[in-house]
Amino acid sequence: MKTKILWLSGIACNGNAHSFLNYPYLAQFIDDFEFIYHPIIESTYSLEEIIALDLESDILIIEGAISIEYKKVDEPIFNLIRRYAKGAKRVLTVGSCATFGGIFSESGYRDSSGLHFNKDIELDNFQEIRDKSISISGCPIHPDILVGVLYSIKRGIDIPLDEYLRPKEFYSYTVHNGCTRNEYFEYKIDNHNFGEREGCMFYDHGCQAPYTHGSCNKILWNEVNSKTRAGLSCMGCTEPTFPKINLFSTKKNMGIPEELPLGVGKRAYLTLAGVTKAFKIKRLEERLF
Amino acid sequence: MSTKREDKKQRRKEQIMQGALELFASKGFYSTTIPDIALSLKMSVGNMYNYFKSKDILAEEIIKFISAYLGDKLKEINDKDISTEEKTREIVSIYFDVAIHKPEMIDYFLRIYLSNREVFKERCEGMICVNEFVTEVMIYFEEGVRNGELRDQDFFSAFGLFMGYLGGMVFLKGENILPKDLDEYVEDISFNIYKALSV
Repeated sequence: MKTKILWLSGIACNGNAHSFLNYPYLAQFIDDFEFIYHPIIESTYSLEEIIALDLESDILIIEGAISIEYKKVDEPIFNLIRRYAKGAKRVLTVGSCATFGGIFSESGYRDSSGLHFNKDIELDNFQEIRDKSISISGCPIHPDILVGVLYSIKRGIDIPLDEYLRPKEFYSYTVHNGCTRNEYFEYKIDNHNFGEREGCMFYDHGCQAPYTHGSCNKILWNEVNSKTRAGLSCMGCTEPTFPKINLFSTKKNMGIPEELPLGVGKRAYLTLAGVTKAFKIKRLEERLF
Repeated sequence: MSTKREDKKQRRKEQIMQGALELFASKGFYSTTIPDIALSLKMSVGNMYNYFKSKDILAEEIIKFISAYLGDKLKEINDKDISTEEKTREIVSIYFDVAIHKPEMIDYFLRIYLSNREVFKERCEGMICVNEFVTEVMIYFEEGVRNGELRDQDFFSAFGLFMGYLGGMVFLKGENILPKDLDEYVEDISFNIYKALSV
């Protein structure tokens, strides 16, 4: 039997709905799941029917920030979420807007936020469904992660979550994990030009991978690449702090990065930096080819 | 037992380093030999080599020892819940205090470590041997910028201003040029440094 999904868009750019279309095995997916409604994929029901009727849905997916003022047709989205969350086994927030407010927390709608979080602050709203909620943060989400979670739900597999309700399977690593520039990171060589193979972007180019939770360098995008592999800094899009400003330069205080790799103390970092800076490795200072 | 033995060995090593420091300060680095150091400590030359295999290794261990000694003192200041302005005063004060009471340490740093880089080239690349001290200076700067007291700038332009100034004053004292004792300059110098580095 197909698992029924209702995909509701809040205040959103639909980037996650589009990212989902990049899932390479959609044909298999739609054999196992049915969208009772999805904003851009042909669905069983129209949005008007979703609002007018009380339909059965196993999983409720919310994309985009939400606000008490925001309506779908004439129905406040808060009411729709409450109605459909009640019968759903799980509620998924897809993207950083639905999870933390993200870019659309600046939407102009009153108190725009994520379902359970406004940035890193947990909200009182929707506590009654907190136990069934899962956050899939990212801007956009990686389709493999969404699909992985959906199949885990379908098969009744336990999904351990972190403090922001993100599945640990995908968010207990940092984006740094699996980065092909680790050798440059180890010896503290930035020396990077955007789009080139050489250099680690943490030291000067604003890369947030060492303190951002995500699997971008383990589960590649379009099965081939990631931002950091392609030569662009990680923007920290899975975190409650997203979006920040000055994404392409590292904020430093007298040469010391203001944010350090996750869990690394300042003294330990500086001690290690002092040692590694002593290395002069010609191979890593030059173009690879 | 073995820990006790190691502690004893460490204490002995520190005594040797202290003895060597005093001889280097009075006789000069190149004119001081391992037998001279052994003699001053009433040790056999053979036994000396049980602690330090060569004069270069001794020289390297001494600079690390001084860096750790000063680094510990700066760490105590960095860990205090006080403003960067107050920290500046305390760092200047402690540096001059060491220069007054353990002049051989600062002397070694300025006249031997910085002036004889060929001795340290092999094992003290970059700032490896003075890492503990430099790390604490970095933390003092970083926290000063973070709390809005110090102006953000290149680390070395700030480091040079701070340490060059202090080193220069100790050097002048060593040359008997300063009319007053070093501790009488603490207020003015910490005021100047803070003023130069603050936003």
